Amino acid sequence: MQQDGSRLDPWISRYAARASSMTASEIRSLFAVASRPEVVSLAGGMPYVQALDLDMLADGFAKMIRERGATALQYGSGQGDPFLREQILEVMAEVGISANADDVVVTTGSQMALDLVVRVFCDPGDVVLVESPSYVGALGVFRAYECEVVHVPMEEQGLNPIALEETVNRLVKEGKKIKLLYTIPSYHNPAGITQPPERRQQVLDVARRHQLAVLEDDPYGLLGFDGKVPRAMRADEPNQVLYLGSFSKTIASGLRVGWVLAPHGVREKLVLAAESAVLCPSNFSQLAVSDYLQNQPWREQIAVFRDTYKLRRDALLDTMKLLMPAGTTWTVPTGGFYSWVTLPEGIDSRAMLPRAVNSLVAYVPGTGFYVDGQGKGELRLSYCYPTPDRIVEGVRRLAGVVEQELDLLATFGPDALPHTEMPNFANTPAPNVR
Amino acid sequence: MQVVILAGGLSHERDVSEKSGRRLAEALRDIGHDVVVRDTDADLLKFLADTKPDVVIPMLHGAAGEDGTLRDVLTSLDLPYVGSGPDACRVAFDKPVAKSLVAAKGINVPSGVALPHTTFRDLGADAVMKAVLNQVGLPAMVKPARGGSAQGATIVTEANQLPSALVGAFAYSEVALIEKFIEGTEVAVSVIETEDGLKVLPIVEILPDSGFYDFHHRYTAGITEFFCPARLDAAIVKTLEDAAKVIHSTLHLRDFSRSDLIVDKQGEVWFIEVNVAPGLTETSLFPQSAQASDTDLGAIFDTLIKMAVKRGK
Repeated sequence: MQQDGSRLDPWISRYAARASSMTASEIRSLFAVASRPEVVSLAGGMPYVQALDLDMLADGFAKMIRERGATALQYGSGQGDPFLREQILEVMAEVGISANADDVVVTTGSQMALDLVVRVFCDPGDVVLVESPSYVGALGVFRAYECEVVHVPMEEQGLNPIALEETVNRLVKEGKKIKLLYTIPSYHNPAGITQPPERRQQVLDVARRHQLAVLEDDPYGLLGFDGKVPRAMRADEPNQVLYLGSFSKTIASGLRVGWVLAPHGVREKLVLAAESAVLCPSNFSQLAVSDYLQNQPWREQIAVFRDTYKLRRDALLDTMKLLMPAGTTWTVPTGGFYSWVTLPEGIDSRAMLPRAVNSLVAYVPGTGFYVDGQGKGELRLSYCYPTPDRIVEGVRRLAGVVEQELDLLATFGPDALPHTEMPNFANTPAPNVR
Repeated sequence: MQVVILAGGLSHERDVSEKSGRRLAEALRDIGHDVVVRDTDADLLKFLADTKPDVVIPMLHGAAGEDGTLRDVLTSLDLPYVGSGPDACRVAFDKPVAKSLVAAKGINVPSGVALPHTTFRDLGADAVMKAVLNQVGLPAMVKPARGGSAQGATIVTEANQLPSALVGAFAYSEVALIEKFIEGTEVAVSVIETEDGLKVLPIVEILPDSGFYDFHHRYTAGITEFFCPARLDAAIVKTLEDAAKVIHSTLHLRDFSRSDLIVDKQGEVWFIEVNVAPGLTETSLFPQSAQASDTDLGAIFDTLIKMAVKRGK
């Protein structure tokens, strides 16, 4: 007879404490169904790369390999290809940033840049301030480095500077070390809102007063539907703002090319950190992006993306206005991929998800975008991938699901709210979920 | 032989099914079968007509896979398949129906009621919940009447937890099953059919770290401890083995099944539910039983495949 049983994982007692939250998620398993064609997925954030001219890209890539294959298939610099870094300056000029190519570090998507910045800045227990709600991928990085994440209230105009100052004062009084303020001022993921210029200045004023390093994440900045590009915070504050950029939404997410722009001292450390993480970003992808920027009409292509997403945003908002039950509200994004929906009081978006999957529609429950259990009555809808007619059908289904949930609540009353549980970042879709 | 494993589907357990399908495919390829893992979609019947496999193995969990509908289609196509027939699946997948048939054979089942949302709405939720708890008592187990992997299942220890538990169950199924919670040792008893009759595989004893073998503990390696064979007295093992055979036969199951039972502190055995397509993932119970036996997953399914081909459908 066995003394000890089997746990089916011989390493279970050897993992770092931070791995304890890396567990199976019932919610994440439901997203597996989202990949089925019958399901209208308003869950994932996959860019609509079908809008690219793939034949043109194929020709460009083939030419690049023929002419520079030996470089493209070789190791490269840990900081990234020098010519691409020059080109990135041109892209950043669109959001008002003037910089030096020496201060750009090319990364494997901006997610890696985020990881490097946190690695360089944060010890376990250090505080990172984030918006309410915030990007789930960033929350995962902060958690991985054992940071204490503190949400700061956000409203229609974005991060509230008064609340930010109060939070900073409170935390300093408590003896906490605040290392970063992470913010997505343009076309926020998941909230779908954009900070106006004056609000950005107010936030920067608070940052200056408290010597806060601001980590500005700007993957959607060029995707404004009115064609106007919000001026980046980094454009007005080169010393305290670290800027994260990405080609995932403006060219293609599969290339995995992003960057971080940082002051000299920080940049030196980021390069060393990057080399220890991946040696160098993919030379193949960097040269592909570089070739694309040099030879293809990339600004026109971004306009195509903008028009595509605007049509889809309109389909989503128009149909929600027609069909969503009373008491449902949502943000009106002027760019980017997402709208943030607040459900009628009492509905829990996480508990509702299985019913939604039954009805062949998927979304991301709001709790995934907070570290502290907020977001039960909220959810994120993404309109970037499904076609407008599918979005209309998806909202029709979702409205029916919310109606059923209201019916259940009417039956069982406010006690039917599910009990609090620990947030689980696996409760959000994997990157390749539509 | 050319084998098509059906995995995926549209149920809440799609992810689990895909893993089960891949795991079984690997086991069968290792012993020389030509295996294709295929999702169910609008092209499936054409695919089956074109490829004409020797046998199909439905590894779909949850609705469509375990409620008999897909097997009805396979039967009408005259395709040999491994596993229970459609009528047996319909009965086994509906937990309240399966419980009543098993109880009639003298096996303990937790007392309980299965009610749709409309009953609570039409008769007044408070009154119905009060009546149900009077009958079932606390603690109670609330779960979807149809479904698996403990999705939507909650242990209710206080009356005020019942509404949210019901809402959680109704998210997965039209009908919720509220039954007496049986405290004890959870075990899984897998049965396979052989040329010589029913064979019970070594019993798996399940000890989740949190005390509740929920989805999280089922599919996160390391946080549940398993003993296979179970650390139980020989007499109780015999009772469990006999019960699993009776359940398999009573519900007219075919080829293989896994019964989930609980042994309470008095040593009484209780039937919880039976699975006609038990999970075959890295953390699932059936593969652990297979590994602890004198055979393995590939050999078991090799035998079942041959039996299916022999009977024709």
